[in-house]
Formats: sequence, C-alpha cells, structure tokens
Amino acid sequence: MTSSFILSVITFVLGLSATLYIAAWVFKKASVGKAATWIAFAGVVGQTAGILLRWMESYQLGIGHAPLSNLYESLVFFSWTLMVIYLVVERAYGNRVIGAFVAPIAFLAMAYASLSPNINDRIQPLVPALKSNWLIAHVITCFIGYAAFAIAFGISLMYLIKQKEGRQQGRLLSLFPENRLLENLNHQMVTFGFLFLSAGIITGSVWANSAWGSYWSWDPKETWSLITWLVYAILLHARLMRGWHGKRLAYISIIGFGAVLFTYFGVNLLPGLHSYAQ
Amino acid sequence: MKPSDPNTPAAKIWDFFASVRLTVVLLLILAATSTIGTLVPQNASPSDYFNTYGPFLYRLFAILDIFDMYHSWWFQFLLLLLTLNIIVCSLNRLSGTWKIVFRKNPGFVLERFRKIPNKPVFNDSRPLETLKPLFVSRIKRRFGTVLMEDTEKGFCVFAEKGRWTRLGVYTVHLSVILLLIGALVGSFFGFEGFVTIPEGQAKSRIRLRKTGVVLPLDFAIRCDAFHVSFYESGTPKEFRSDLTIVENGNPVAKKSIRVNDPMHYKGISIFQSSYGKLPPDTVTLKMESEETKLEYRKKASAGQKIDLPEGAGSFIYRDFKSRYFFRGRDLGETVFGTLIPPGGTPKKIVLPLRFPGFDRMRKDTMVFSVETVEPRYYTGLQVSKDPGVWVVYSGFMIMIVGCYITFFMSHKRLCVEVMQKGNGNQVHVTGTANKNKMSMDAVVDKMARELAG
Ligand code: HEM
Repeated sequence: MTSSFILSVITFVLGLSATLYIAAWVFKKASVGKAATWIAFAGVVGQTAGILLRWMESYQLGIGHAPLSNLYESLVFFSWTLMVIYLVVERAYGNRVIGAFVAPIAFLAMAYASLSPNINDRIQPLVPALKSNWLIAHVITCFIGYAAFAIAFGISLMYLIKQKEGRQQGRLLSLFPENRLLENLNHQMVTFGFLFLSAGIITGSVWANSAWGSYWSWDPKETWSLITWLVYAILLHARLMRGWHGKRLAYISIIGFGAVLFTYFGVNLLPGLHSYAQ
Repeated sequence: MKPSDPNTPAAKIWDFFASVRLTVVLLLILAATSTIGTLVPQNASPSDYFNTYGPFLYRLFAILDIFDMYHSWWFQFLLLLLTLNIIVCSLNRLSGTWKIVFRKNPGFVLERFRKIPNKPVFNDSRPLETLKPLFVSRIKRRFGTVLMEDTEKGFCVFAEKGRWTRLGVYTVHLSVILLLIGALVGSFFGFEGFVTIPEGQAKSRIRLRKTGVVLPLDFAIRCDAFHVSFYESGTPKEFRSDLTIVENGNPVAKKSIRVNDPMHYKGISIFQSSYGKLPPDTVTLKMESEETKLEYRKKASAGQKIDLPEGAGSFIYRDFKSRYFFRGRDLGETVFGTLIPPGGTPKKIVLPLRFPGFDRMRKDTMVFSVETVEPRYYTGLQVSKDPGVWVVYSGFMIMIVGCYITFFMSHKRLCVEVMQKGNGNQVHVTGTANKNKMSMDAVVDKMARELAG
C-alpha cells in the first residue's frame, strides 16, 4: 500500500466526516455529530500514517526528505493541521457546528491534492535550492498559520450568517455558539495564525538569505505573504478603534483568508521565481 | 513626551501620529499598493515595458516609479510614516504602561473585584485562622505576588502575575522598527553583486546587480573546481564550487560552497548562484583511416597544431559550441577544427560529439570524430554584503517572542474574599486580566476548585 493510496482513501473519509458534520447541524442529531467527530479523528490518524509512510518511502527511494516539498505534500499537511487544530477546538468548546464549516475545507484541500490533474503526487527528489532545514521550518510554520486562518474564516462565516438571520432566530442557528464565543475564537485563531505566519515569513526569508544571499527580494510570493500579514495586522489594530467589532472584524478575517488563498494558488498565475507548483 | 498644550501645531502633529486609525489606514495603503508590484513585473527592461503598456501607461508608470515601486520615493515615504506612527504611538502609551508594570506596591481595589458578576462561590466551614495560611500558600503556587488583608467580615487575598507581559506589544513594535532600520542599513552600506569564474581562475572584481558598476574586492576568489550532479530524471541534484580566497597572493580561506551553504569572508558572503559550460581545453580526437583501416587517437589542445598520422597533414582544434544547427536540426555539442593537408588548402571540419559518423560526409580518406572532451565549467557566484542583516535577524527574534507574549500571556489579577456567614465562611473567587478574558475565567474556576479541594 502506498502513501498516495492511503491519502486518497483519507480524502473520502474526510469527505464523509464533513458531510456528517453538516448533517448533524442541519438535522440536529447529536449522534450523527459524534460519528462525525470519530470519523474525523480516524481520518487524522490515517493522514498521520500516510504522511509518515510517505516520509519513509522517500528514504526507500533514496531521495530522503520530509514530505513537505511540493504542492501535493503541502496541501496534505495543510489539511492535517487544519483537522488537528479543529479537533482541539471542538474538544475545548464542545461545539460541532464549527465542524460543518471547517471540515469541508480540509476535505477540499485533500480532494484538490488527490484529484487535480495539475498536481503531481509522486515523490520527487529535491533540487538544490530546496535542500534546507529552514525550508522545512518555513513550510510547517506557514501551513499551521494558514490552517488557523482557515478556521478563523469558517468561524467568521458563521458569525456573519448568524448576524444576518439573527432576529428570526432560524432553526439552523439554534446550535450556533454564542456571539461572544465566535468573536473570541476568531480572534484567538487570528492571533495564533499571525504568530505562525510571522514565523513562516521569517524562516522563509532566512532560507532565502542562505540560498541566494538576500532575505527579501519582493518576488510575488513573498510580497503576497506580506500582504496577507498586513491584512491580519489591520485586523489586530482595527479592534482597537471604536465601532470595529464583530461583523467588521469577521469581514477582515474573510478577506485575510482570501489573501492566504491568493498567496497559495493565485501567485502561480503571476510572473515570478518562487512558485512551487509545476 | 507629548507636548503639553494641546492646541499647538506640534501637539496636533503628535496626535496625528499617535492614532491607531492612522495605523490601519497606512497598513491598508501598504497592502493595496504592494499588489501593484506583483501585477507589473519589476525591474525589467524599458523596451519590454514600452511594448507591453504602450506610450501613455509607460510614461505614467515611469513617473510613479512603478517599475521599481518598492524602492520608489512614495513607498519609502509610506514606510517612514509607519515608523513615525509606531514610535509616537508607543511613546504615547509607554509611560502609562510603565507605571503599571514597575509600581512598587501593587494596588488592588477590592470594590472592583466585588462588582464582577458570575464568580465561583463555595462554602468552607473551617475557621478563618486555618484558611488564611492555607489559601495564601495555595495561591502562591500559581501567582507571583500575593497579598493578604483583613476585611470587616473576614479576609481577602490578592494575587497577580504577568505584569511585565504588558510590555510585550512594545517589543513587537520595536521589532518592526528594527526590520526597517536593518533594511535601511543594508541598502546604504551593503551591495549585491555577481561574478562568473572559470574553473582554475581567480577574480577580484564583481559587477553590481542594480547598476552594473564594477566593484573591486580586497581579495580574489579562486574557483578551484566546479561540480554538478544530476538525478536519474535529469533534474539537478547538487551544484558545488570549491573556492579559495586569495589575499595578497596568499590563500587565506577555503570552502566548498553549495546552494544553501554559502561562504563568508570579511563581512562578504559568497553564494552559489548559477553555472555554465566553457569550451573544453582539450579534446580527444579519433581518426580512422579508410585506406589502412587503422584507428588513431590523439589529444588536441585549443589553438595548437598537431601532426596527423599517415602523413595526412595537421589539425588545429579551433572552437567548441554547445549547440550546432545542421539543416534545421540541433546536433548539440560540437567541436570545430581546421584540417591542413600537406600542400593543400586548409579545410574547416565540424565534429558533433553525438554523431561520430558525421565527418564521413566529407568522403575523405581520414575520418575524424571527437571521442571525449574534458568538460570545463564556470561558476556563477552571488557576492553580497549586508551589514544590516543582524539587525533584521534580531528584529525577527524579538517579533516572535513579542507576539507570543502579547497574544498568549496576560497580566492576571486574582482576588479571593472570605466572609464569615453563619457558622461557616463563604469564599468568593474573582479575577481579571488585561486580555484573553475567557481564559482568565478558566484560571479563576481552576483556582476555586483548588481552594475548595
Ligand atoms: C506592521 C506594523 C505593526 C505590527 C506588525 C503591529 C503588531 C501589533 C500586534 C501584534 C499587536 C497586539 C494586538 C493584540 O493584542 O491583539 C499590536 C497592538 C497595538 N499596536 Fe501595533 N503593530 C504595527 C504597527 C503599529 C503602529 C504603526 C501603531 C501606531 C499607532 C500601532 C499601535 C498599536 C497599539 C496602540 C496596540 C495596542 C496595544 C495595547 O493593546 O495596549 N501598531 N500591534
């Protein structure tokens, strides 16, 4: 059994889990929610196994590198981190509706990695520039940051939906966490993500400095990660201004995640030297 | 720091820079304008820009420095405004924070804690005199500063920790300033240059990337050897240059550099950046005589005449090209030479390495081919100096530590009040924190459980 096979099976496991989270929320069935959690947990265990196996396979091929070197591997790692952080949040706050907004993102990342014809799931040897421990630190920190921002995005969506239909107190909203908790979680995820994105940009620039002799060269990928960072810095400071609460911060959080996605995928459409994907 | 009269122009300017609204606006403008440089490729050639954008946009972009926007006056000006904003804003608030952080006697206002709603309450029947030392020691385990006071109806214990964490946000802002200073130092006192050195040669001048100016170094860089290796798939595996630094004719330092593993000497860093093939010095010729059917091998050095066997004259190895087009097809690496038959006119001969039979087309009695060439490389090195890098790196470290302190630590205060009620005592546990109030609630609940247990 190869790691790619395990990881494509996991894609379906996560898809099932996401479906169950949504079903549990829409039909208000606690037992379905419990099943969603257990399947998500099983998915994460399988994903962990897949990632570790892939690591071993790369050594068997004589290539020997951490499974964090191309778009496929980074998407898998992103999905894994997202689910781990989500399960921690679920345990801490005991609310499964968030899962209906977060688990689908983890599933989509896996589905895109496994099914997109543009993404190569073969284990490739590293070109010289990618042989660096700073690169591993860079990928890990960036994707932990991105995962936290993805959760903040899901939570912000929930917040906005809740605000829109707040007065009617629709049936679908009854299980939503209270506003204060959503605001607080959005902020917590953004601060957590901001710390890791900062660390990601920093390790990336230390890597660039050791590889090319320049820690910052304004290439589009770098610049977009800086733009993302600035958007979240705006969020952190906007909180300090009068009248900037709940809804507006939720919008900034959503814009921030848009910037994350652009840094991740969109930049490959722009001219540049940094792009991973090929 | 703040000017005392609020109506003077100085005070107005101060207030302008002290506002967080300005921060948000500046960060927003920086984020928005930064996208421009990712849409318009930077530092390309003027003719490319002219062809892509046409005369009008070209003029407009040129005036606005869009082709090198991150170094344009207006972008630098925005960064300057941001710096002033951070400095003024921090100074403005620092004195207040300072007073809280470095106060001798922690001030607690019992009334404020009493007003906090939803606090955990439990009953304890032990006498007050037993509870006092017990509570103090239990609270001390979790909090740094602990203070006990008697009240009308019993006693209360105040405790706090993490006062210093209020300074975290100033270190974050300091780190941003360090990054900007480090970048400034780098651009004033550093350079980025490039040099290509053929194997076996030394060079002491580099060409600056930005301006193309030639810069002499205090030493020479000698490339003793260059190695390149490939994976089976053909993608490169490793580039390595064995370098020696030569100063006043003496070798003073040696290192094999790779991508991601540069060499540093006297504040100058040397990075493996590119490589290329040079024409080989010597090639091994193979000659087959059509008459005698004998084979001969001979080494030919560039430009040197060699005598040919069987009285066929002489041969000079003239040139080497990595591509040679013949009838529209690229034959790859090819050696060019001149054949001088005895008494005849010199003839040009072309010997593609991959096609040893190519020379048969001449239908001569001696067929030439090239058997081996000794590959020779030049290495391309990035040579740069950036004395600001350590300022930037310390900014990096301070930023991470500062963000951690600011986001995940807080100044926590706790108040446990014990009041006699009937036969027993009622214990109220309350707490406040300057941020992450929800996590403080958890700390309070935990403390209440520990005290009750
Ligand atoms: C790129 C530049 C900047 C970065 C990365 C940055 C970062 C931060 C961070 C991480 C926080 C903590 C937010 C929180 O506790 O949730 C913060 C707070 C703050 N920042 Fe900035 N900041 C920047 C620029 C500025 C500037 C220019 C000002 C000037 C007005 C400023 C004023 C403040 C203030 C007043 C606070 C709140 C401090 C408090 O809670 O007591 N920041 N900043």
